[in-house]
Amino acid sequence: MNAHRSIALAATLAASLSVAAMHAASAQEAEAPSREHWSFHGPFGTYDTGQLQRGFKVYREACSTCHGLKLLAFRNLSDPGGPSFTEPQAVTIASGFQVTDGPNDKGEMFQRPGKIADRFPPPFPNDQAARAALGGGLPPDMSVLAKARGYEAGFPWFIFDAFTQYQEDGPDYIHAILVGYEDPPAGVTLPPGAQYNKFFPGHAIAMPKPLSDGQVEYTDGTPATVDQYGKDVAAFLMWAAEPKLDERKRLGFQVFVFLIVLTGLLYFTKKRVWHDVKHHPELIESRPPPEYPKS
Amino acid sequence: MTTISAAEPSRRDFLYIATAAVGAVGAAATLAPLIGQMSPDASTIAAGAPVEVDLSPLAEGQIVQAFWRSQPIFIFHRTKQDIARAQAADWRTLRDPAPDSARVKAGHEQWLVVVGICTHLGCIPLPHQGNFDGWFCPCHGSQYDSAGRIRQGPAPLNLPLPPYQFVSDTKIRIGETAPANA
Amino acid sequence: MSANSIYKPQNPVMQWMERRLPIASLIHSSFVVYPTPRNLNYWWTFGGILSFMLGAQIVTGIVLAMHYTPHVDLAFNSIESIMRDVNYGWLLRYLHANGASFFFVAGYAHIIRGMYYGSYKDPREVLWILGVILFLLMIVTGFMGYVLPWGQMSFWAATVITNLFSAIPGVGDPIVTWLWGGYAVGNPTLNRFYSLHYLLPFVIAGVVVLHVWALHMVGQNNPTGVEPKTEKDSVAFTPYATAKDAFFIGVFCLFLAWFVFYIPNYLGHSDNYIPANPGQTPTHIVPEWYYLPFYAILRAIPSKLLGVIALLSSIVLLAFLPWLDTSRVRSANYRPLYRQFLIVFFLVVIGLGYLGSQPPEGGYVIAARILTAYYFVFLLIILPLLGLFETTKPLPNSISESVLRGGLSAGASAPPPSGARG
Repeated sequence: MNAHRSIALAATLAASLSVAAMHAASAQEAEAPSREHWSFHGPFGTYDTGQLQRGFKVYREACSTCHGLKLLAFRNLSDPGGPSFTEPQAVTIASGFQVTDGPNDKGEMFQRPGKIADRFPPPFPNDQAARAALGGGLPPDMSVLAKARGYEAGFPWFIFDAFTQYQEDGPDYIHAILVGYEDPPAGVTLPPGAQYNKFFPGHAIAMPKPLSDGQVEYTDGTPATVDQYGKDVAAFLMWAAEPKLDERKRLGFQVFVFLIVLTGLLYFTKKRVWHDVKHHPELIESRPPPEYPKS
Repeated sequence: MTTISAAEPSRRDFLYIATAAVGAVGAAATLAPLIGQMSPDASTIAAGAPVEVDLSPLAEGQIVQAFWRSQPIFIFHRTKQDIARAQAADWRTLRDPAPDSARVKAGHEQWLVVVGICTHLGCIPLPHQGNFDGWFCPCHGSQYDSAGRIRQGPAPLNLPLPPYQFVSDTKIRIGETAPANA
Repeated sequence: MSANSIYKPQNPVMQWMERRLPIASLIHSSFVVYPTPRNLNYWWTFGGILSFMLGAQIVTGIVLAMHYTPHVDLAFNSIESIMRDVNYGWLLRYLHANGASFFFVAGYAHIIRGMYYGSYKDPREVLWILGVILFLLMIVTGFMGYVLPWGQMSFWAATVITNLFSAIPGVGDPIVTWLWGGYAVGNPTLNRFYSLHYLLPFVIAGVVVLHVWALHMVGQNNPTGVEPKTEKDSVAFTPYATAKDAFFIGVFCLFLAWFVFYIPNYLGHSDNYIPANPGQTPTHIVPEWYYLPFYAILRAIPSKLLGVIALLSSIVLLAFLPWLDTSRVRSANYRPLYRQFLIVFFLVVIGLGYLGSQPPEGGYVIAARILTAYYFVFLLIILPLLGLFETTKPLPNSISESVLRGGLSAGASAPPPSGARG
């Protein structure tokens, strides 16, 4: 009734505003990225194997000199639900990286080609080495970058996002950064060493523009443009952050069907159990009232 | 409770039975990941992949210890005397009968590769000790010969043989057996 | 009839057991034949949902603990290892994280029910106070759990919240150092939070036992606020309440599944996927959504000490609700003026939640102060006065009367209590 409706309204507002708040809290003043179409969006979304392989190629050729993927292992490249390289291909990829091993019998650490069980080696031995080599900037490891970045959608879009299952703000952001390099508008001065990026919070990004058209060769006919590279590597990084997405959504569908069936049965069970109480209260063998202390 | 009219017992019972059955399926399905999460995870399984050992640094008579799947593996470069003594033993009378030929690979009799865990209660036996040119386990006194067979003491079985194959005359890969028609 | 009320086992094994440890008869009397008002609506299912969620969090938490490493250098990576390598680890982690949010959803619904229907009034004061204690325990447990992944938000939330204790005059700073086990939030802090996070849910379970015991001493409230008077007013807990609870737990699980399987990071903050960096504070430190109203109250007060006192008292004052509310009528269905102030109160809490997520600047601060003022004015001034001056609607004579009059007739006239809808 009125009270219930008010309460329901209040509860919905509460939940949505509080969550709105969460998303608003990560607000930075940069322009919001455009929402791309991702193959892995939505309840039946899955990764596109071809896109992930292209994305890996972009990572390998354009990003891996500075950005690590230390939480990923080479064997993950041949796992189901990912780029799905064959095991021999994954072994070959692994051997292309130098991995630190040791100590040997002389007590020294040494470099050797990667094996399939190894994790991706970091491009720099530590943060200080990275900063020293790159003039002060620290390229973040990208293992979970697609989940560590996002942007505020604002009211009321974040409410719709819960229904449309929008979880791709990370890849949208990454793609936007990669295509967002442009000349600074008139009157804007950048700190030394920084470049202007339309979508980076504060607009001054330390990373030099990493991609140009034609830089990475695609052998499957996909256009070799910065926009495409951005999408492919963003999709790859989403897989790197969330390798179980395909399995999660598949299991989710099964769980949903099961829960709908079970909840439906429970609903009819409840109705049947309560039938006589509601419609033939005179037949009920009621419980005697409990002997509570009188207030 | 409620007095139920006798008119529709079968429909009511079917509903309750169906609900209970679906609920039981759900409970079992919920249990599956809870139990499965204790099985070895992907990185553990990957770390248990075969390891290669280069045999060329081993002198005759030398025993080294490698690790495979967190288990110690003894690799024994047997001398001709070790081989002779192992072959001469009356293997049929042993507690765990096995001829020396069953303990090594054909054409590579000088190499003995066994799991270095005593089959009694799991200690690691000490090499080149005991009365049988093999190993002596200090925990309870088991003694193994130069083919890793139990000769004395409480252990019930010979030192186990891990799966392994020769990828060349001087290199073995522990954790993999050669394909049957190799 | 009444003979059913006493458990008399036929099975000789059960008879043997009953004589020595009468668990079966305890369960029988408490959860099978226990008399339950027949007009409870779905707001009354959240107690069962909370028990279910407590069990789910404990189970998922224990299996996660098999794989988690509570060390500052290893914690973040151990959770990523759970997500990537442990069989079904991703599922257990997302269930536990979203389960915590849903635990609070159910908790807030349970509190809303209590405040709306006057479930805190005589003779249910102790029941209510135990509930406030449970709410506080949930808040502490959730806070410590959020620190464990050792992300940016984990670390900085720990820093901010532990620093609150420095507001205590005199002994504040030594207390904070003692809490930290060091000169800043660090490894000792993480380890002790892990230990306590594992412990507190079992303390919660113990207090839940007291809570249910206190409930069974006085019986459930119901939407009319009129106590059961005759046999016609009650039904047995099983199968009536059990069936209803089970159904709504199913509905609740559907909502939980939507989040766990399709939008598992929606309720979280992306900054917590950045490993903790003690040298860099995130742009906006924000707690999880369920703490936002109290965070807003804390920041609304310009003084540090008074802000902390306001934060604590905003929850502790709830324990005094049975005495702050002077009305002798329980259910807001029959208290039209109270109902309006209460709904405004709920909206104020929602508004505070939104403000808690915004930077504490400009208009947000002013709004937060206004809403905080209403929060305390409602509890300390409006509630006591309402009881003295409010005109309430006439109560039904009994539960059965309200059910028979309002439940079976479709009308929404005069005071048919909403509880009539089973």
